[in-house]
Amino acid sequence: MSDEKNTAAKLEKIKAEILAKYPTKVARKRAKQILVNRNDSTGKVPEVGANMRTVPGIITQRGCSYAGCKGVVLGPTRDIVNITHGPVGCAYYSWLTRRNQTRPESDTAENFMNYCFTTDMQDEHIVFGGEKKLKQAIQEAFDLFHPKAISVFSTCPVGLIGDDVHAVAREMKEKLGINVFAFSCEGYKGVSQSAGHHIANNGIFTHVVGLDDTIGKGKFRINLLGEYNIGGDSFEIERILDACGISLVSTYSGNSSIDHFANSHTADLNAIMCHRSINYMAEMMESKFGIPWIKVNFIGAESTAKSLRKIAQYFEDEELKAKVEEVIAAEMPAVKASLEKAKPRCEGKRAMLFVGGSRAHHYQDLFGELGMETLAAGYEFGHRDDYEGRRVLPSIKVDADSRNIEELHITPDPKRYAPRKDEESLKKLESEGLAFREYDGLMPDMKENTLVIDDISHFETEKLIEMFKPDIFCAGIKEKYAIQKSGIPMKQLHSYDSGGPYAGFKGAINFYEEIERMVNAKIWSYITPPWAAEPELSANYAWVA
Amino acid sequence: MRKIAIYGKGGIGKSTTTQNTVAGLAEMGNKVMVVGCDPKADSTRLLLGGLVQRTVLDTLREEGEDVTLDDVQKDGFCNTVCTESGGPEPGVGCAGRGIITSINLLEQLGAYAESRELDYVFYDVLGDVVCGGFAMPIREGKAEEIYIVVSGEMMAMYAANNICKGIVKFAEAGTVRLGGLICNSRNVDNEKEMIEELAKRLGTKMIHFVPRDNVVQRAEINRKTVIEFEPANDQANEYRTLAKKISENDLHIIPTPLAIEELEQLLMDYGLAG
Repeated sequence: MSDEKNTAAKLEKIKAEILAKYPTKVARKRAKQILVNRNDSTGKVPEVGANMRTVPGIITQRGCSYAGCKGVVLGPTRDIVNITHGPVGCAYYSWLTRRNQTRPESDTAENFMNYCFTTDMQDEHIVFGGEKKLKQAIQEAFDLFHPKAISVFSTCPVGLIGDDVHAVAREMKEKLGINVFAFSCEGYKGVSQSAGHHIANNGIFTHVVGLDDTIGKGKFRINLLGEYNIGGDSFEIERILDACGISLVSTYSGNSSIDHFANSHTADLNAIMCHRSINYMAEMMESKFGIPWIKVNFIGAESTAKSLRKIAQYFEDEELKAKVEEVIAAEMPAVKASLEKAKPRCEGKRAMLFVGGSRAHHYQDLFGELGMETLAAGYEFGHRDDYEGRRVLPSIKVDADSRNIEELHITPDPKRYAPRKDEESLKKLESEGLAFREYDGLMPDMKENTLVIDDISHFETEKLIEMFKPDIFCAGIKEKYAIQKSGIPMKQLHSYDSGGPYAGFKGAINFYEEIERMVNAKIWSYITPPWAAEPELSANYAWVA
Repeated sequence: MRKIAIYGKGGIGKSTTTQNTVAGLAEMGNKVMVVGCDPKADSTRLLLGGLVQRTVLDTLREEGEDVTLDDVQKDGFCNTVCTESGGPEPGVGCAGRGIITSINLLEQLGAYAESRELDYVFYDVLGDVVCGGFAMPIREGKAEEIYIVVSGEMMAMYAANNICKGIVKFAEAGTVRLGGLICNSRNVDNEKEMIEELAKRLGTKMIHFVPRDNVVQRAEINRKTVIEFEPANDQANEYRTLAKKISENDLHIIPTPLAIEELEQLLMDYGLAG
């Protein structure tokens, strides 16, 4: 398979070949975003161009700010009525019918996830303003469902005509006596869905976090940030944490309720999965309430074990440490058994991952466990810190697009700020290897002479497939069929097609089985697409005079 | 049918000039339609004797799809046909989009149909061309002839020059042309000479110099054009002359807007010379 080793020279040549197809200006820009990874003993990786504007016409994977705010961060919360303020399309195409799962506390508990709420703005509302229509929509949603909370998401035209969604939210909050809040997450803001994540973080932090000071049950109380319960991932993580005796105060936002957010400031640790979409929340909670945060990863059995040990290490409790080891020991035999079956049939095969702002990183652990190599990876909407690690944060140039997104300045809460650990114990834990406020990024974890590509274009995707013929390609629904048409197995990692969960121990087993099945499927080699047999199609006009 | 749009800086007297000119043309026996493209909906007040017109957009909002031409048009002085687009109150929604919606509706309803035997349609457009909506009348050949109302005040000339830039953009893609400048005097020094020179530099002419006269104000208070209010007044004759000049005008050009330095020099040469 790997008849020839990927040398830096070979990869640089491939990069040059791709760039040669672009106009000079585009090539110059893409050259910064397509890198041959260097990963020497110094741990210094090359600087990548990320969180930059996409060149129009390039066919990007990216989504918009509204998608990041409504779809990603707020979408998985079941008991907020999420109203899309705008013409009907934005709401309809972001209707979360299957991506995120949820499990209400009881049969009668609220769950609005399968609904789609929108103001369905018409010409008239664009001309005369849509605030009245929005008020009506909020009132109607309230009358029908009596929810605890209603939130409003602005689409592009709302920003253009200047509807004051925040004033409407304040007025309706007063009138209805429930929490109503709005997001100015117009799609055109920022360069990708990343802007929407930030806006969502700001909104939840301002309007929800800290509303309920009740200290819940449990000795070891944490929040899990940036886990969205795709394919039931949260359920599996909840199962494991529960077995360890770790109490989950809230998850942002898989299988979540607004009540969890309101109470989340009472937790003693924030564990971050998807750094890109939620690190703002962790930072703000630490500044205001004194909750430290660590990076975890529950994708991969080894990574799950490592993350559990990190959490136990943080609480400095021998009983917890023992319990965690006990759980790992109980779970691992099944994982190992499954791996023994799958690994011989996967080992040495090659994967490419172009997805998310952390998934392209996390899933390399699972492929690694299967003995598979990641040839190339990249994010849709990651920033430089997600690639190179947070240590580059001071050197990131904040451009005008990012300045457009509000940065909240958080100060310690006069009453509720309580550092969970004093500086001394944090230092001690750090010296023992537990890193706080740290994320090393994707590139240090990738091998030397692999490709790192930010905001990959459709053309580049096709080129990579043609040149490397990987055994599996992971991306999203927009890329899926183009990849399959090239005869390459494709696994969606935004939603999981119909599979999952892939997090935790049971998730790892599911993933091994799924990937083993996919990379060994013969079906792709049996198919000869018409263009391969007959490269040129010819035809006559049916009409004859 | 000649399709004319009147542009100019806000407050320069576009609506007053338009309605008086329309009155003059109507008096000459022309069938004229006025389409007000200002959310304030006061472009036909003098022809109708008050703000009595229900706007296109209000009608559309209240009646739904079931709108007829009679719902949005009224006959004014000398059988002029008066229509107001209307729009949102200040600071809300999108007035520009409103004008687009309104003109599209008028077209669909057959407001411009040949059977109506219109000689002229006038679009009276709000202030500067601030966004795409306000350029609607000069896009897609809705209006083909533009007159810019201007005075010797700097900002008015500046606005006129800017509007010319907009005309150039649309002229290259379509049929719109500049017909000339109308000077609505503010009694500025050397005003006539300066506007004549500005017109020359733009490649057009000052089609008429309308002197300042308080009778215009008195007529407005009485909700009438000067031609209706005091038909024998000199000012009424000025408007009749303007109407006649427009009817006879066949100089339709793509303007050559001035660089800002050139415009400022012009002001210095004429404005300080007196």
